[in-house]
Amino acid sequence: MTHRQAVIVGGGPAGLAAALRLKEKGVSDILILEREKLLGGILRQCIHDGFGLTRFGESLSGPEYAQRFIDRVEEAGIESITDCTVLDVSADKVVTAVSRAHGLMQIQADAVLLTMGCRERTRGALATPGTRPAGIYTAGVAQNYINLQNIMVGKEIVILGSGDIGLIMARRMTLEGAHVKGVYEVQPYPSGLPRNIEQCLNDYGIPLHLSHTVVDIRGRERLTSVVVAQCDERFRPIPGTEEEIPCDTLILSVGLIPENELSLAATVALDPRTRGAFVDEHCQTSVPGIFAAGNVLHVHDLVDFVSLEAEALAAGAAEYLLTGSLPACPLEVKAGQGIGHVIPQHISGTRDFTLSLRVRQPMNSVSIVVRQGTQEVLRKKMRKALPAEMVQLPVKVARLTTTADMEVYVE
Amino acid sequence: MKRTFTCIVCPNGCEIDAEYEGANVLSVTGNLCPKGKAYVTQELVDPRRTIASSIRVEGGTLPLTSVRLTSAIPKDRIFDVMKEINAQSVAAPTHIGDVVIRDVLGLGSDVIITKNVDRA
Repeated sequence: MTHRQAVIVGGGPAGLAAALRLKEKGVSDILILEREKLLGGILRQCIHDGFGLTRFGESLSGPEYAQRFIDRVEEAGIESITDCTVLDVSADKVVTAVSRAHGLMQIQADAVLLTMGCRERTRGALATPGTRPAGIYTAGVAQNYINLQNIMVGKEIVILGSGDIGLIMARRMTLEGAHVKGVYEVQPYPSGLPRNIEQCLNDYGIPLHLSHTVVDIRGRERLTSVVVAQCDERFRPIPGTEEEIPCDTLILSVGLIPENELSLAATVALDPRTRGAFVDEHCQTSVPGIFAAGNVLHVHDLVDFVSLEAEALAAGAAEYLLTGSLPACPLEVKAGQGIGHVIPQHISGTRDFTLSLRVRQPMNSVSIVVRQGTQEVLRKKMRKALPAEMVQLPVKVARLTTTADMEVYVE
Repeated sequence: MKRTFTCIVCPNGCEIDAEYEGANVLSVTGNLCPKGKAYVTQELVDPRRTIASSIRVEGGTLPLTSVRLTSAIPKDRIFDVMKEINAQSVAAPTHIGDVVIRDVLGLGSDVIITKNVDRA
C-alpha cells in the first residue's frame, strides 16, 4: 500500500480545480484518479460555448474551459492517472483503484476528495411502457456519440425532458441535419435554463410541449414511433390526449443524479434531497477527511460554480491536512418552505459561508430568507426564482447572533 | 410595439419587456445589465448567434476536434456556415485557438479549434 496526502477521485472540473487550489495552499502530495483516457470530465463533450462567463469573463466551449485547468495542473506538476477506475473508498480513507498501466493499487490517503460528478437518469427510472428497440439514448450519451465519436444517432428525433443537455442536443442534432420534432416535458415548466429554451429551441422552431410525457415506445429492431400524452397536475397521462409520433430516435433528458456509489462505500451519509453527501461549510462529509464538491454533491447548472465550490473544498481539505483538524460545524441549515435543497447542511457559525440552493417551483416576486431562531439573518429579493437556476447566498458571520440552527425558506 | 425577450448573453437569462418602434427601442425593463438593452436592439435589427460544431481529424487520438465561431453571425446564415464547417478536416495534432476558416463567408467571424487532439 502506498501513501498520499490527498487522493482526488475524478479529474473533471471539480477535481481539477480542487487539485490546483490544494497545491496553492501548500499541499504537495496529490494524486488525481480519472476513469476516462483524458482529464476534463464531461466538459470534453460539451463543445457548445457559454462556459467561463463568470470565471474568465469570456464565452468558452467546454473543452477550452477544461484545458485551462488541465494546463495549470500539468504546470504545477500535479500527478494524475487516467484510464483508471476507483473500485472502493473505505471509511479509513484507503482508496482501491485499478488501471491497465498500474494494475491494482491501494492508496492510504490522509484526505479523499470525492469529485465524481453525476449520472443521467435513464429509461429504467421512468418505467415508460413499450418495446425495447434501438434508438433510445440519454442526452449525454447522444452528445458523446456525436461530439466525440463522430456517430450520428438518428434522423427523426423526439426529446423527452427539457433538461439543459437535452436542449443543447436539440440544437446540435438540428445543426447536424436531424429533424427534432419536439421536446416533451412532464412538468408545467421547463427544467432547463430560459436562455437555452431561447437559443436551442425557439431559434430553430423546435416546439416545447409542457405537461406532456411519453406513454408508449414502439418498434421492434429500431424505434418507429412514440406515443405522447398530456398530463394532469399530478403527472398522470390524460386519457384521450394520446398522439403517436413517428420517429427513429428518442432522447431522454430527464434529470441528473450525483454518482455516489463510492461515497456510500466509504459510509458517507447522503442527503435524500440532493442525493449527494451531507457536508459542512468546508465541504467535509460525515466521514472526517473525506470531502465532496461539484455535481457529486449537488447538480449544478454552471461549471463556473463547480470550480468555485471545488476551490472552497480544497481550502477546507488543505486546512484539515496542514493543521490536522477543522473547526466543528454544529449548526444545522435546514431547507424550509419552498426550498428544494440547501448546501452546506452544517456550518461552524464562526466564519463567513456561502449557501447554494434551489427553489422547488417557479415563483415571481419572492424573497429567500435565512433565519436563525427568530432572528432574520439575510433576505434576498428575487423578481423570478426558477428551479433550473441555482441560487448562491454569501452570508457574513457577523450577521449570526445566536448559536441556534438555521432555516432557509421562500416568502 | 411590445415584445418579451429572453436575453441569451449570460446565464441570468433575463426576461426583458421591450417597447419599440421599428428598430428603435423605446424602453426596456427586466434586464439586470446594459447588455440586455444592447441584445434587444441587436435582436430587432439583425439577430446574431454563435455556433459550435466539430470537424474530422486525420491521424488523431480522437476522430473529431471541436470548433466554434469567434463572434456571432446573422442567425439566417447559420446553416450556410455549418456547410463550410462540414467541408473541413484537419490533420492531428490540433491546438485550441488555431484558425480553421478565417472570416467565414465574409461574415467577420473566424472558425477556431477548441480542443487539443494529439497525434495517434
